[in-house]
Amino acid sequence: MQIKFEHRISAHCENGAASSLLTNKGLAISEPMVFGIGSGLFYVYLPFLKVNHAPGLSYRPAPGWIFNRLAKRLGIKIKRRKFSDKRRAQQVLDENLSNGIPCGLQVGVYHLPYFPEDYRFHFNAHNIVVYGKEGNEYLISDPTMEAVKRLTESELEKVRFAKGVLAPNGHIYYPVAIPEQIDWEKAIRKAIKKTCKDMLAPMPIIGVRGMRMVAGAMRRWPKKVGVSKANYYLAQMVRMQEEIGTGGGGFRYIYSAFLQQSGKLIGNDKLLGLALEMTAIGDLWRDFALEASRVYKKRSNQEDVYNSLADRLLQLADLEEAFFKKLKRSL
Amino acid sequence: MKKSEVPQDDGRVFEKGSRELYYALDEQGEYTTALSTGWVVKNEIQDQTMVVLQERIDHAYEELRAARVSPIVYFMELKRMDWQILSDYTGIWKWRIKRHAKPAVFAKLSDRVIRKYAEAFDIGVDDLKKYSGEECK
Repeated sequence: MQIKFEHRISAHCENGAASSLLTNKGLAISEPMVFGIGSGLFYVYLPFLKVNHAPGLSYRPAPGWIFNRLAKRLGIKIKRRKFSDKRRAQQVLDENLSNGIPCGLQVGVYHLPYFPEDYRFHFNAHNIVVYGKEGNEYLISDPTMEAVKRLTESELEKVRFAKGVLAPNGHIYYPVAIPEQIDWEKAIRKAIKKTCKDMLAPMPIIGVRGMRMVAGAMRRWPKKVGVSKANYYLAQMVRMQEEIGTGGGGFRYIYSAFLQQSGKLIGNDKLLGLALEMTAIGDLWRDFALEASRVYKKRSNQEDVYNSLADRLLQLADLEEAFFKKLKRSL
Repeated sequence: MKKSEVPQDDGRVFEKGSRELYYALDEQGEYTTALSTGWVVKNEIQDQTMVVLQERIDHAYEELRAARVSPIVYFMELKRMDWQILSDYTGIWKWRIKRHAKPAVFAKLSDRVIRKYAEAFDIGVDDLKKYSGEECK
């Protein structure tokens, strides 16, 4: 059994799953539009939460929020379910597939057999789409993969019931209703305002203020936790930032594409210029990652390296603060 | 980033037969997409992370050989878990797991409890029980 479904690779899993599911349901929407209207750009520093033995840092809102916000702004209805019973979780999935409904699933990546070893961490906010079943194998459209994949019943059960932070508990979701008329301008304005509000939030751990706090913490790392641990923290930071197209540079480029597409859609030329400005900021995020990766080659002057990285991060915070203030006024 | 600048530095995803999608500008300044085989920066960061994880595993292995910890600690590191994740998988409270990390306590554990750990680590009960540290990996 196989549902007619077009697999497309995307830069980020949640956008990609949402974009594919909606396109399949008849609303052709690009990944950047999903990301932008879902207000996917974010920054939060959670020093008290250790992820993979390093301070927590996220470049995106909690899993599911992007799709939820998008749905709210466009008037789409999504059905979501979680399960405590594994058998029931599979039953519901099978029923949906036999009714011709492709389903989004939240899964853990540690047990995903087609993922490279280096990426298999206990990270539970990955998204895939199941679009069919043959024998005891499910047909999988993983938005971060070029080709479609297959998972056996037991493999899929394992990733759907991965444990740890953000455990998916078999989380399944799919759009059930799409409105006839969509007010794109209203949705885009709301979404951009929300992102500006988040990035400029008067909270020390969120948005540009969060970046400044991280910059301050970074300067202290080599002294506070020692050079080897500091290097590890930095590696985790960059991993979160550039991993599979997410975080720093990757997200800025997707957001730029969103601004460009939106500017054309609603006829706002200011957004087109801002798209290029955001692209330049994205380039600087990548330079930051490049500079950070050099830490592992040269062993001397570690403190200087951390200071110069912190300076770069402060510069990024300043640029983004100015950018989002301008973006807010452009509407 | 321009489309022509999208890095093609064969990385881990590429080794597994896939590529990554980037959004980049074409010659006319329009956003388009391009596939990347990887980026050298990411490879270096990944390598660094893997080195640290291996150090943690090696350290746990030495501790196991020296009978300072039970096999639980070694497998926890090997499977990239921490106390909390292991607790979530086994349904055993963290403070109890930490007790079970002592070789003397571990030796007295019932098969029922050992099975919970073995399932979490995806290995056989006997493998975990008889694990003396000689047959690493």
